Amino acid sequence: MNSLFKFFAKHHVIFLFLFLETISMVLLFNYNNYQKVSFFNSSNRISGSINKSFKSVADYFRLSTVNEILARQNASLRNQVEQLKQQVAEKQLPFIVNDSTGHAYLSRPAKVINNSVSKQYNYITLDKGRKDGIRADQGIISSDGGVVGVVLSVSDSYSTVISLLNKRLNISAKLKRNNYFGSITWEGRDFRYVRLNEIPFHISLNVGDTVVTSGFSTYFPEGMMIGTIEDYKQTGGENFYVISVRLTADFKSLSFVEAIENKSRIEIEMLEKTNLDIENLD
Amino acid sequence: MKIWIKYGVMFICLVLAQIVILNQVQLGGYINPYIYVLFILLLPVSLPQYAVVLLAFLIGFIVDVFSDSPGMHASASVFMAFIRPYVFDFFSAREMDKNDYPGLKQYGFRWFLYYSGSLIFAHHLFYFSVEVFTFHGFYLTLFRTFLSTFFSLFIVVLSQYIFFRD
Repeated sequence: MNSLFKFFAKHHVIFLFLFLETISMVLLFNYNNYQKVSFFNSSNRISGSINKSFKSVADYFRLSTVNEILARQNASLRNQVEQLKQQVAEKQLPFIVNDSTGHAYLSRPAKVINNSVSKQYNYITLDKGRKDGIRADQGIISSDGGVVGVVLSVSDSYSTVISLLNKRLNISAKLKRNNYFGSITWEGRDFRYVRLNEIPFHISLNVGDTVVTSGFSTYFPEGMMIGTIEDYKQTGGENFYVISVRLTADFKSLSFVEAIENKSRIEIEMLEKTNLDIENLD
Repeated sequence: MKIWIKYGVMFICLVLAQIVILNQVQLGGYINPYIYVLFILLLPVSLPQYAVVLLAFLIGFIVDVFSDSPGMHASASVFMAFIRPYVFDFFSAREMDKNDYPGLKQYGFRWFLYYSGSLIFAHHLFYFSVEVFTFHGFYLTLFRTFLSTFFSLFIVVLSQYIFFRD
């Protein structure tokens, strides 16, 4: 027994090293079950407020660009209002904000206070949280209308978003031109491009084709802009194209975003869950 | 007592510089310099090894909390702190007059460049490997490591002329 203690005492640094590495790895792997450990990330109160106060300084230097974007957005919204007014006047459309699948969506503005693009698993922190109506699993789009990510965890006044530039996020997308659908993933390389998977060879593609959300998941309404096809190729051994999509949202200069709430999400998920339960019974 | 205050201030300054400035600087989408490791580099040579490893875990953990990378920085800096004495002995001649503060002014430019360069490279390689967590695309990881090491080393050496002179 005595010699065992001596052994530990002699190699205490190695044991400490292994112990600390084990703790780190446990932290790393547990982060996969996201919601559980939301304390040790940037949506907790201390790190949230520090990030926020310094971000406000950085934002000051970006004001002119942001103003320009907002002005442009104003203009395009005003145009839309005029068009809609006309259509309502001609009684072509009922005046309800629904997408073509009939779900009502509600969007809330938020500001980005922490963001990264160079890691393999990028996350974004927003300055709005539970108090402001942000909930986990709401979709996030940028101010220019491109898909950005999905809310991961929320505290009272902050929230963390899993960015589209994160290898763990996988969202359903389709080609706007012919409605063929696939999934969008990021390969961890360039922050301007993502990959569209599962589009079979028999479909004809063009560079510049628009890729939008499919509306199959409850995160995003149908038809939100993701990007345009930059390049595609056929690889041997697979039946699917390798399609590189240029993102609409500029992740490097992200500053104002919108969180989208699907009003009928809970209802849809309940329904889908009953289907699963029935399958499990068989 | 005085030395604790000095290292305490250094700790806070480096963590703030890392999370407030350098985490926002992402040149070309590949380069993200990590300079908080300078704290581990500059700890006194005579400090017991277990204290170095524990302090490295602490600073890595704090940086992790702020940059949403649980355990990644902590494990990389613990690894770096663990190999620090071996790297130190490797580059130090036996008859060299050993100052307790392993700075550039005390040990010379060449020695400091080798010492911090190899430790920063080890840290970055560990970090980027843990982040990707696969050997698939290893050359890309190596590429990122080299680029970021270059920038971190540049800032670390520069800081030796401006802030941490003695």
